[in-house]
Amino acid sequence: MALFTLENISVAYNKQNILQDFNLEIEEGKFISLLGPSGCGKTTTLRLIAGFLESNNGKFLYKGKDYTKVPVNKRNFGFVFQNYALFPHLTIFDNVAFGLRLRKASKSEIEKKVASVLEIVNLSGFEKRYPKELSGGQRQRVAIARALVIEPDLLLFDEPLSNLDANLRENMRIEIRRIQQELGITTVYVSHDQEECFAISDQVAIMNKGIIEQLSDPATIYNYPKTKFVADFIGFKNFIDFEDQKIHENEIELTKSGFTFIVQKNKANTSTDGKTGAIRPDNIVIRPLKESVTAGKNELPGKVKIRTYLGRSYQFIVETPIGDFTINQELLVPYQVGEEVILEFPANNMVLVK
Amino acid sequence: MKEKNRGLAVFTFLVFVFLLGPLLIISVTSFEGGSVLKFPIETFSFKWYENIFKVSMFLTTFKTSIIVSLAGNLLALLLGVPAAYALSRFNFKGKAVLNAVFISPILIPGIVLGFTFLRYIVTTYQLPIYAGLFIGHTIIMLPFVIRVVSSSLSTFDFSIEEAAHSLGASKIGTFIQVVLPNIKSGIIAAVMIAFLESFNNVDISVFMTGPGVSTFPIQMLTYVETYFDPTVAAISVLLMIITAFFMFIVERLMGLSYFTKR
Ligand SMILES: Nc1ncnc2c1ncn2[C@@H]1O[C@H](COP(=O)(O)OP(=O)(O)OP(=O)(O)O)[C@@H](O)[C@H]1O
Ligand SMILES: [Mg+2]
Repeated sequence: MALFTLENISVAYNKQNILQDFNLEIEEGKFISLLGPSGCGKTTTLRLIAGFLESNNGKFLYKGKDYTKVPVNKRNFGFVFQNYALFPHLTIFDNVAFGLRLRKASKSEIEKKVASVLEIVNLSGFEKRYPKELSGGQRQRVAIARALVIEPDLLLFDEPLSNLDANLRENMRIEIRRIQQELGITTVYVSHDQEECFAISDQVAIMNKGIIEQLSDPATIYNYPKTKFVADFIGFKNFIDFEDQKIHENEIELTKSGFTFIVQKNKANTSTDGKTGAIRPDNIVIRPLKESVTAGKNELPGKVKIRTYLGRSYQFIVETPIGDFTINQELLVPYQVGEEVILEFPANNMVLVK
Repeated sequence: MKEKNRGLAVFTFLVFVFLLGPLLIISVTSFEGGSVLKFPIETFSFKWYENIFKVSMFLTTFKTSIIVSLAGNLLALLLGVPAAYALSRFNFKGKAVLNAVFISPILIPGIVLGFTFLRYIVTTYQLPIYAGLFIGHTIIMLPFVIRVVSSSLSTFDFSIEEAAHSLGASKIGTFIQVVLPNIKSGIIAAVMIAFLESFNNVDISVFMTGPGVSTFPIQMLTYVETYFDPTVAAISVLLMIITAFFMFIVERLMGLSYFTKR
């Protein structure tokens, strides 16, 4: 059974719906990320779970109990903010002890717990400092410690690493994952950094305009996006809207303007659901025209329109009878602008999306 | 370019002379040894400073002023801090109107306000003089408290309150344990600015004072109506020193930018 459930939640700002009939279930001990473009409602969802926001309708269930009307301070959820939100007037020790004091813990208990949680986040010895005397990464670790020490039933992160530089961000995300697994705390994590989400989550929910388009483990999302939006968001830059399809035993045959494409059946391409093919720029093969005179199955003739040097590879925009395609390829001798080429779409690299 | 800068420097200098000149003259005259206010002075003495403490009305009105200012200050804080908090944290209908109402005592000419108070507090409701002064001064202090506290709240990140809230603190607990300690300097500055505003006030007090009860500045006015000696100049110097000291503290706590931004 799910640890908590959002059921048909709606949230509106100024009469404009941000979340509408929003549903989400999280199982105990899981690390789930909400990923999506800016303004899609990630923070809103997280704040709703935390209790900072009220929904207009729908239900929030925690362990089967109705938590919809339970106020923030009675929820026992830990929240880690993007800007750390440490108490500037308190030392690190008192910052971390804040929640414990409210829970009327004894002095010795407070000392023991604060010490042990500061050890978990590698900040032993910093007890007497004030937040302004710490670096960004250290502050964020204090914020994590402060949320952890109350032994929260749920840990919520809103872009906790976005104010840190790239190196630190990578270290911190490993830390966060380690701590989460060590303590087994159910976690909801918001970010718009794909790599970050994929690296630390058990499950990723891709959000778009207030709905979850797909919720799966990172590898499934990465390889088998279900919708055009998800595919585009995770880097499938090329789309073909097919006109017709025939389903065979192991493969699906699709056509577009007289060109035929074969797509292998797999986890994503099972049914007649999707009639749009999606493929990453890295997965299209580009060949000189002279090798085969006419384009066969899964092939398109084209002409290089734009060439960009990306460092590790070249990016080509190729014009074909059914539209432009973007291809990334590592080449020693690149194709010239205006050169005639053949594009090949490997059958196992094309995904059908809705 | 250089020419222009020189022009500006001269202009700035003139403004300073214009602003500080009278203060300088008053300061000098306060040390006059004779019994008539004059500039420049003929003999030097501290005797008019001593005289301040010999005129019993100065002492009584000083006490009245202090009591009215402190009591009014306390009430202005009790009303103003929560009001500033509500105005800076919540969005509600009529917020703009309420903001305007709270600020209006700064914008309405003091004499108009004083007359209004006279009309209602004194004439209609017949409140005792002390009560009238207390209410009047609370009202003139309130906008200063609200503005200074608001400006210190505006630099205090709301998510810090949310953090306290999510750790289990109630709304009131958060306010006391987290908000207050962090706007402490703003509150102290507010107390000082409001105190100066109230203590130096003439235009409201003049309508509110009556037989037997007067405030310090009103007593100064009354005094100069009958005597021409430099006692009031001496008082002015002391008040300037106290004000400068208060403003120094405010500047330390908040920066004086509060006075230049709206
Ligand atoms: N307090 C508010 N008042 C009005 N509209 C708001 C408010 N907060 C958020 N919104 C709107 O709600 C939508 C969702 O906002 P939300 O903060 O949840 O986005 P997000 O997915 O977290 O984006 P980001 O990645 O930029 O943080 C946005 O269109 C935003 O403009
Ligand atoms: Mg956000």
